[in-house]
Amino acid sequence: MTPIRRFTPPQRFLHWLMALCILAMLFIGVGMVSTVAPKYLTLVSIHKPLGTLILILALIRLAVRLRYRAPPLPPDLPEPLKLAAHLSHYALYALMIVMPLIGWGMLSAAAYPVELWDGVYLPSILPLSDRLHTVLWNAHYYLAFLFYVVILMHVAAALFHAIIRRDGVFEAMGPALTRDKVGPADRPVVPLQRSG
Amino acid sequence: MPESRRLPTGSVIGRLVLIAAVIACAAAAFVYTGGWFSPERLTPDKLVDALTPPGGAPPLGHRRNHAKGVCFTGVFEANGVGSELSHAQVFARGEYPALGRFNLATTNPNVRDGTVRVRGLGLMISTPDGQEWRMAMIDAPVFPVATPQGFYQLLLAQASKDPNAMPTFAKTHPEIAKFSNWAKSAPWTGSYAEDRFNSLNSFIFVDGSGAEHAVRWSLLPAAQPVVVAPEELAKRRPDFLEQEITERVRGGPARWTMLVTVANPGDTTADPSQPWPQDRRAVEVGTLVVREIEAERNGPCRDINFDPTVLPSGIRTSDDPFPAARSSAYAKSYDRRTAEAEDYPRTAPGGSQ
Ligand code: HEM
Ligand code: HEM
Ligand code: HEM
Repeated sequence: MTPIRRFTPPQRFLHWLMALCILAMLFIGVGMVSTVAPKYLTLVSIHKPLGTLILILALIRLAVRLRYRAPPLPPDLPEPLKLAAHLSHYALYALMIVMPLIGWGMLSAAAYPVELWDGVYLPSILPLSDRLHTVLWNAHYYLAFLFYVVILMHVAAALFHAIIRRDGVFEAMGPALTRDKVGPADRPVVPLQRSG
Repeated sequence: MPESRRLPTGSVIGRLVLIAAVIACAAAAFVYTGGWFSPERLTPDKLVDALTPPGGAPPLGHRRNHAKGVCFTGVFEANGVGSELSHAQVFARGEYPALGRFNLATTNPNVRDGTVRVRGLGLMISTPDGQEWRMAMIDAPVFPVATPQGFYQLLLAQASKDPNAMPTFAKTHPEIAKFSNWAKSAPWTGSYAEDRFNSLNSFIFVDGSGAEHAVRWSLLPAAQPVVVAPEELAKRRPDFLEQEITERVRGGPARWTMLVTVANPGDTTADPSQPWPQDRRAVEVGTLVVREIEAERNGPCRDINFDPTVLPSGIRTSDDPFPAARSSAYAKSYDRRTAEAEDYPRTAPGGSQ
């Protein structure tokens, strides 16, 4: 029985902040490449700095995760589901870090300046190369869709824990409002009054 | 699982349906944002597809418009006067490296030079502060249409087999008359070095005090234009423009003066088919000096996108809708042509040589 039953407050804060940023990024991404209107430039000028912010937050989050780890999953969760949970979390961490790097690399390989805001640039991380640009463009494109699919599965699983299994997994990452309670199980027993 | 947490089967099903509905809505929102439910939305893909030449095969590995061109390098010599309009370093007195491309407004990379009415110039100036100013200009004094939508309609009308398509287009887009008159009556020259190139689009210069100035700019040739009849040009060698500029620059640099024209309050900035009156304040800000010409094939301009929205601090876009549309379409063209690098005649001579 470990004393840490929930993710630590910084982990929960980062999880929800980044969930908002990443969802926004995915929608901005598909939105911007499907319009020629002036909002194209506005969306692109949000996409680059927000993506960079996600990279920074993801690296901080990874460090926090390695330091504080995660509360164990409920012992009665079937092994295949535990495995799926762990693999999907690895995938999400990988995508949060790799997607911005690919975006940055793709622009570098095309010799575009990577402007974050007026006059502030990221340095180029790759030489000009049509091949690299194409590989990275494809990676950014297909991984973006994979990212969204993994997120949807992740959300479905979280809701499954929250309203069907009601096993405390959701509350472990729940927005920081609920009070921590130490219960007899591996997971906190949080009052579950919602019914219906 | 403790008994207290177990739900009756009925509510489990109800809640599974709820979860499925949430996920389905989220997936639909994504697809909607991507434009899959909005066939009327003008996308960069549609604009670039509309540039497919007659016959249906795009020039693989080449730019989807202005497909034929030749690279140049040189410097931009700023005289310092532009600093009163913009705080961008490129206007501070000094010499900054320039890379560019003379080109022809055609989707055919193997076209005969003498047959193309509109000529263009792509330019990128880099400054020590790490910033870049990219632009792509043409020799016409006005753009044929007022909006990016109009340009798309024009491309569709030009590609249409219906003999009424162009007359109908001209009726619904009367602004094209100014361009058509220029195309019919303006003199032709036998050299890129004798042509004037215009930004046409309006941008905002921001000066050191934060004040904003709506501007357009042009490159005025130092060489005296010599008028040549188009019938005469059509008879010249297929690549005569590229050969002429190569030989000319071998003998000494070619020069253009950059002239920035400042709008009066009330002048339209959103419509490149409308010229500003002749009496607007115009400021000479420097000289483009072209020192070397290189074939596009292995030249430094080939894999550069002269995206007119790559601007240094001190220059920004205005309410002109073209730069955004161009940026999105040029990126699409760039994505496609770099992905087709295998098909680009890298080392073999171009088809027309
Ligand atoms: C978590 C981070 C990121 C996510 C989730 C993301 C997502 C996306 C998505 C969904 C698209 C549209 C793909 C399509 O349908 O064609 C896109 C395009 C793009 N992204 Fe990102 N992106 C991220 C980070 C970045 C970063 C950091 C940069 C640059 C610094 C960047 C640059 C671009 C560019 C330039 C495009 C347009 C590509 C083109 O079609 O030319 N992205 N991104
Ligand atoms: C949109 C982007 C999202 C991303 C990238 C994301 C990412 C992650 C990651 C990487 C973890 C594992 C945490 C760790 O082990 O350090 C996690 C856990 C969790 N997430 Fe998300 N998440 C997102 C959205 C959501 C949403 C919308 C919900 C709720 C509906 C949610 C609910 C949860 C829950 C309950 C956990 C805890 C799982 C456990 O205890 O093992 N997430 N998330
Ligand atoms: C919505 C309107 C326009 C569309 C869709 C369009 C489309 C294109 C495309 C697809 C390219 C090839 C880009 C590349 O692969 O790098 C191109 C190049 C070019 N365009 Fe446009 N264009 C538009 C408006 C204009 C205007 C207003 C001008 C002039 C003021 C202009 C001048 C040029 C020039 C000079 C080039 C060649 C640049 C180079 O050498 O790379 N275009 N255009």
